[in-house]
Amino acid sequence: MKNCQLAIIGGGPAGLAAAVSAYQNGVRDILLLERDKSLGGILNQCIHNGFGLHYFKEELTGPEYAARFVAMLKETAVRVVSDTMVLDITDDRVIHAVNTDGYHTIRADSIILAMGCRERTRGAISIPGTRCAGILTAGAAQRFVNMEGYMVGKRIVILGSGDIGLIMSRRLSLEGAEVLACVEVMPHSSGLQRNIVQCLDDFGIPLYLSHTVTDIIGRDRVERVVIQKVDENRLPIPGTEIAFDCDTLLLSVGLIPENELSRQAGIRLDPRTNGPEVFENMETTIPGVFACGNVLHVHDLVDFVTREAQNAGKSAADYLLRDPMPATEAYRIEASDDISYTVPQKLHPAIPQKAVSVFFRVRRTFEKSHILVTDGETVLCAFSRERMAPGEMEQIYLPTALLRRAKGNTLYISCEEVSK
Amino acid sequence: MKELTCIVCPRGCRLRIDETRDFLVMGNGCERGIDYAKAEITSPVRTLTSTVKIVGACHPRLPVKTNRPIPKKLLREAMTILNRITVHAPIRIGDVIVKNIAGSGADLTATRDM
Repeated sequence: MKNCQLAIIGGGPAGLAAAVSAYQNGVRDILLLERDKSLGGILNQCIHNGFGLHYFKEELTGPEYAARFVAMLKETAVRVVSDTMVLDITDDRVIHAVNTDGYHTIRADSIILAMGCRERTRGAISIPGTRCAGILTAGAAQRFVNMEGYMVGKRIVILGSGDIGLIMSRRLSLEGAEVLACVEVMPHSSGLQRNIVQCLDDFGIPLYLSHTVTDIIGRDRVERVVIQKVDENRLPIPGTEIAFDCDTLLLSVGLIPENELSRQAGIRLDPRTNGPEVFENMETTIPGVFACGNVLHVHDLVDFVTREAQNAGKSAADYLLRDPMPATEAYRIEASDDISYTVPQKLHPAIPQKAVSVFFRVRRTFEKSHILVTDGETVLCAFSRERMAPGEMEQIYLPTALLRRAKGNTLYISCEEVSK
Repeated sequence: MKELTCIVCPRGCRLRIDETRDFLVMGNGCERGIDYAKAEITSPVRTLTSTVKIVGACHPRLPVKTNRPIPKKLLREAMTILNRITVHAPIRIGDVIVKNIAGSGADLTATRDM
């Protein structure tokens, strides 16, 4: 068995930023394990631009954003092992991995989980119809087209109007395919408004809101896809069928944090995020094991992943080189019904920072509103927003000085619209 | 008065622009929204991102972009041009693949070391 001070699982944007941050904060013996041939993760297939506006204050493509961090990593002594699949992590921080050199076990004093997420598939949303070829997740199609050099189809229907679905609508149109429809079960798109404009409107692709795919017809390959309008309970309304003659159906129907390893290690997961439950320093329920990026909760912007991963990297350095935080929680964060989750879910006592970041998502659209943080009785702090939507992650910074005024050990976060 | 969604950044401000009042822009969260709205209703531009064929690299496609936005009406012509190109590794980020693509004044550059 080999030993290392800090092992990072995954070399995408989260793993890269965590590795650089841990090194900058004094950790010298760092091992970064990556499944793919090269570093960068999903950024390598996201060849469109729009990355880095927050972090670098300029607009980069995915590969360019990844290259910035790969360059920073080259300035460090972090050891990168690519083409390596981690199979298991035990609760005493032993990593089991396999690559062309064989089977390896590594005992790590600290671990950062940065495995990212994967796409929901046809099975996860139970679309009826035949099991023909030509049904792909949008991200798989993105990798085929942008990295492997294969076109996925000629006449395409896309289910799901999240950002990946929208980006692929434009990409496949540019490559000469006919994108017949983008179909969304909700009454609103979960993608960014700018992507609706520049990916659908620019190419004249119709967006069918409150519609879903109810049948797939094809012998060997997709021949036809049927969509139907849905009612407020998302049930198909008979008589509203529209059929598209097409050869391909792309699914962009959500992402799931990839937590098999976390589960095997016995880390407690939050059923709302499908990711580990964490403290404000990104520490999971196993001391010395941290998580960041899409393995923790699905982000909209890589810039936020970077910041979160830097927090995890610094926290791992604090754990290894300075005083580890106690495994006790001082405050639990409770979200109101209008909020689907918060990250972190809990706070340590005596936090050294001046403020802690809390990410959350709202369940419905809010016009001009206040975000309130209370201890159940008194309002500790409030933040105002012009507009909030489920598709856009919110971030607030809780001043730690205010927390000392809280009675009890639960913080409640809620949103209320300001009456006009 | 026209309504637009700003696409300069992920915030997606909802802009209103009044052509009768010297293209007065409202609803913009920053200065860049003004330039976007004026360009969008006079001559809309987009940054084109795509790939070209590459030989001798770890993957068969090299990601590329126009180094500045090009007129929207030139996107198809630019795609036709880059579909005919084959480059050979090694290529560095920022290398010019096509100068002045489709007469747009923008260069097509590599976005990955390969």
